[in-house]
Amino acid sequence: MAMVVAREWREIPGKYNLEGTKCGCCGKIFFPARTFCPYCRRSSAGKMEAHRLSGKGEVFSFSIVHDNSGFNDRMMPYAVVMVKDDDGVMIEGQLVDVDFDKIEIGMRVRAMLRKLDEDGEAGVIHYGYKFVPEY
Amino acid sequence: MREVAIIGAGSTKFGELWGTSFRDLGIEAGAKALADAGLSGEEIDAVYVGNFASGSFIKQQNLDALVADYTGMATRNVPAVRTEAGGASGGVAFRQGVMAVASGMADRVIVGGAEKMTDLDDDRVGQILNACLDAEWEAGMGVTLTSIYAMIARRLMADGIATREEIASCAVNSHFHGARNPEAEYRKEIKLDTVLRAGPTCDPLTMFDGAPFSDGASAVILCPLEDARKITDKYVKVSAVAQASDTLAFFQRDSFTSFGATAAAAKEAYKLAHIEAKDIDVAEVHDVQTVGGVLALQDMGLYAKGEAGKAFLEGQTHFDADKVAINTSGGLKAKGNPVGATGVSQIAELYMQLTGTAGDRQVKDAKYGAAQSVGGTGSSVTVSILEAI
Repeated sequence: MAMVVAREWREIPGKYNLEGTKCGCCGKIFFPARTFCPYCRRSSAGKMEAHRLSGKGEVFSFSIVHDNSGFNDRMMPYAVVMVKDDDGVMIEGQLVDVDFDKIEIGMRVRAMLRKLDEDGEAGVIHYGYKFVPEY
Repeated sequence: MREVAIIGAGSTKFGELWGTSFRDLGIEAGAKALADAGLSGEEIDAVYVGNFASGSFIKQQNLDALVADYTGMATRNVPAVRTEAGGASGGVAFRQGVMAVASGMADRVIVGGAEKMTDLDDDRVGQILNACLDAEWEAGMGVTLTSIYAMIARRLMADGIATREEIASCAVNSHFHGARNPEAEYRKEIKLDTVLRAGPTCDPLTMFDGAPFSDGASAVILCPLEDARKITDKYVKVSAVAQASDTLAFFQRDSFTSFGATAAAAKEAYKLAHIEAKDIDVAEVHDVQTVGGVLALQDMGLYAKGEAGKAFLEGQTHFDADKVAINTSGGLKAKGNPVGATGVSQIAELYMQLTGTAGDRQVKDAKYGAAQSVGGTGSSVTVSILEAI
């Protein structure tokens, strides 16, 4: 069930570069990008600035996924993490290039651009961030 | 607003019902509920149905019309509404039905919930369930519904709020009750070791921490409280229907060891019902993964943070433990989880408990029952309170 390419390139700033937004009123940082701040609401309209996350942070929690049939089956099992970015924002993603036994809460990681999945043999290839250990 | 009563309830058996279509499921549950209320069906003036993903599971949208048609409501042009709120689809349908009666817009309402999941192979069912997350920034990155519950479980364990054994005990409790419910998918008690040693789904959770993919339907009949006693002597009062929202994506929350929307909905529900958490005698909670049951007990204020897991492990949650009985139906884990039906099935179970018709799992002298229905990872939650009359 392939999606059209527009859905892919529309999200490139966030998926490739971890670009979120910062509210021009309260200064709160959001990822993914929002067109207005859910706290300042209307007064933040037009005042949201692009803000790129550092992409570096620490593992807040993690799990090893043994069953997600239909999603990039060649990678099974794989690790997913909640990462607290150094900007204070939480992100979810995969953690790769790591021994599962070595993953622990608090370990330092950084975001890398990687292949996420593909829509069959002739469909769109999805790229985006995954995390790797920061040695 | 008018006070509202439930005057009948009915469910199909939950499970892998290969010979039964979506239409058959809805008709069976609706007919049972009408028979329970002693109505013919001609009295009904509005229909609400909770359904998560019929468009994906059976390629059928415009579900409101299908339900109205095959339950015999379309011949009288009775309006039907389908609600979708992830796993809370049934809970939201119930709230909409209660609002219709309370407002005076309708006098006899049938609220149903139904899901047909086993017409698709398991591979695709999993992907459809993950669509209740943030499709772009969670599911699209490889994060699954189960893996988020697993990450919550790991934090509960790391923060000393619950042990792995306590979390797993939620499933043991659900099976304890499922064994006593003829409509449950799994009618067998299990041991804690069975949960811990089962194959991993998303570490640290195993196959036995999670609810199954099921077919099934449930329905309840509503009317104004003042009419109820004229129709039947078996009715309960709807004391509260509360609903709360939170961020779609779990990672944007303020807390990662609780569901804020459960706490908000429960607080509102207790206020509307003029009661406190300690007044609840029986509760149906959304144990789509065991850890969800632990969160529910603490977020609804039934147990303090750090005590909910212990309650499951020690069996304080059993129907006969003389504390608040949890998931006497078997919960999503053992009764089954036809997603759109579960929220209504919870209400049907409470109706049985509060009218003294719950058979082998009857909670003695139950006065107040609470049902918690969760969409996504706590992005939409309903908490309803029923009262025995």
